[in-house]
Amino acid sequence: MIDTLQQAKSFIQKYNTHQPVNIMEVCGTHTMAISRHGLRQLLPPNINLISGPGCPVCVTSAYDIDWILEIIKNHELKLFSFGDMIRVPGTESSLLEQKSQGKDITICYSPTDALNYAVKNPHKKVLFVAIGFETTTPLSSVVIKRAAEYDLNNFFIFSTHKLVPPALKLLVEDKQLNINGFLCPGHVSAIIGSEPYNFIPENYGIPCVISGFEPADIMISIAMILRQLKFNQPETQIQYKSVVKPEGNLVAVKNIYDVFLKADSRWRGLGPIAGSGLELKPDYNRFDAKLNFPVKDIMPKQNPACDCGNVLKGLKKPPECKLFAKLCTPQNPVGPCMVSSEGSCAAYYRYERFNLERT
Amino acid sequence: MNNRKKFEDQIIQLSHGDGGLKTSQLINNLILDYLGNSTLNKMEDSAIIETGGSRLAFTTDSFVVNPIFFPGGDIGKLSICGTVNDLATTGCTALGLSFSLIMEEGFPTKHLKKILASIKATSLEAGVNIITGDTKVVEKGSVDKIFINTSGLGIIKHGLSLSTEKIKAGDKIIINGPIGDHGISILSQREEFNFKSNIISDCAPLNSMVDEIISRSRRIHALRDATRGGLATVLLEMADTSNHSMNVYSKNIKVTNEVKGICDFLGLDPLYIANEGKMVMFVDARDADIVLKTIRQNKYGQQASIIGEVGPKGSCSVILNTEIGTRRMLDMQYGEQLPRIC
Repeated sequence: MIDTLQQAKSFIQKYNTHQPVNIMEVCGTHTMAISRHGLRQLLPPNINLISGPGCPVCVTSAYDIDWILEIIKNHELKLFSFGDMIRVPGTESSLLEQKSQGKDITICYSPTDALNYAVKNPHKKVLFVAIGFETTTPLSSVVIKRAAEYDLNNFFIFSTHKLVPPALKLLVEDKQLNINGFLCPGHVSAIIGSEPYNFIPENYGIPCVISGFEPADIMISIAMILRQLKFNQPETQIQYKSVVKPEGNLVAVKNIYDVFLKADSRWRGLGPIAGSGLELKPDYNRFDAKLNFPVKDIMPKQNPACDCGNVLKGLKKPPECKLFAKLCTPQNPVGPCMVSSEGSCAAYYRYERFNLERT
Repeated sequence: MNNRKKFEDQIIQLSHGDGGLKTSQLINNLILDYLGNSTLNKMEDSAIIETGGSRLAFTTDSFVVNPIFFPGGDIGKLSICGTVNDLATTGCTALGLSFSLIMEEGFPTKHLKKILASIKATSLEAGVNIITGDTKVVEKGSVDKIFINTSGLGIIKHGLSLSTEKIKAGDKIIINGPIGDHGISILSQREEFNFKSNIISDCAPLNSMVDEIISRSRRIHALRDATRGGLATVLLEMADTSNHSMNVYSKNIKVTNEVKGICDFLGLDPLYIANEGKMVMFVDARDADIVLKTIRQNKYGQQASIIGEVGPKGSCSVILNTEIGTRRMLDMQYGEQLPRIC
């Protein structure tokens, strides 16, 4: 790894034009890897890595959290949720707080856990909070298909699934931002392939490189972006070739669209984005928690001083938020970027808030 | 973390028991607020009691692991190793253990027999007897299958004094093998994961290994059992209580490929994963090599390594020097480590 990393460093030097370069890492796993391995310390000062909106927890809107909290407040059911989603604050509470106060909430690692529970407990209503980008959606699709096969009437999903390319379109069209290159997400791209990013180099002249997650992968991907910039040849390249194929995983994509339709979606910090979410097709309405547990008058409130929106757009670095490391810490997170283990604020707090000298 | 701030959490959450920052706040800001005294406040793995010219070590621990049987051990073995190892941090000879069982009605006798057999084998290996005990059975649902509490009493050899207070700049930090095996072994056995892995818990009584190093060196300054909260938490606690900075090197901290793979997959950091057979040792640099050689001759220390050294007094930071030449500060874990979503 060290040899590859040294090669990547020399490529970065070779292709660096010493002009300011803003590279957005879209994916939260990249954000965490960059901070955890201290990769900023290895980069020339003109290369600025910006954390993007690629953490599904961070972009889940308070509106959705409040809706889920209302459901469990008004209905006797068992809720299954992935990992740190349960920490995300709604207006007045979080799933973790509700769990501590006795609500039947279980952290699961696969939606099939929720489905299996529903099959074994036909008299108990089961709600699965479906979250994630294109990476996790195929799993949700499979459990919905199975729920239909089993003819379940006690299984529901609350879809907060989101699609990455529409959010990138919003970012490249934002006049305030000046992104010179994207490190595209490895796991999402394993499902959708490289084609959905092509509009970025073709229409906006911005390089895209789909990167793996090891330090050397990320450094090599940065060098690939610099090379594209230096020779003015913007395109979508795949660095993470061991996992990502240009066409993606066609079976997984088919599974997604067998069950879901594209829909508008609210993104925390970015607002509503047309066609960026997924809702169940009418054939599967009986599993849709939003239809079966309607809630009126959700008026989410967030701390107005929280800068997660600007952080998610890359307009601000986490330490530039007034609340960072003061009112907002991983123990008492105000915004979702501090909640998620892959949020950019959590990454900065955990690994970069100390003033270590660049080496 | 001896800053006694007010404990502000309104309810107890799972993260108050994970060995990280919330556990530290619960102990320092609430429990010690009510119960603190000069002995308890030292927060060592074992309390030292001076009586009649002798120095006794006294410790207690409770075991609530799920699943109760896992590769490399079970809750019974764990309950003996945990307390034996806490006593071993003082370098003492164990006089005896107490053993307290709380079981849920309906608990299968065959499981209890298996646990008792494991306890017998482990206590024989550790050379310590169970000399008092208690048994309670509670209504189904009041506990999860079986909880065990063990306490241990030992007598410290004349003149021996191991303590965080003795740590000094230049000390080498040694650990007796790869980290994270226990925590990941338990995790991969959980029903919700169902990973097919060959990872075996490192659960082991380390008192014989400690006896061996103490017999070879009088310059061992402090020992700490790296259990809940993992290696990082131990280093941070020791840096904090000794008021010394520490430098550790990731290339010397061993993590098996399987543990690393599962941690990468789930977004967990092996530095914060629990161990049950790892002792972190702070040793004067002059004796580091002889101690390392001695540990490597013990079956529980064959992969021991020097992972870093103690820095100057005054700063309590722990700096991890990565294999790629970068540096980062370690910090307390802020809550339960939860697997990432994508």
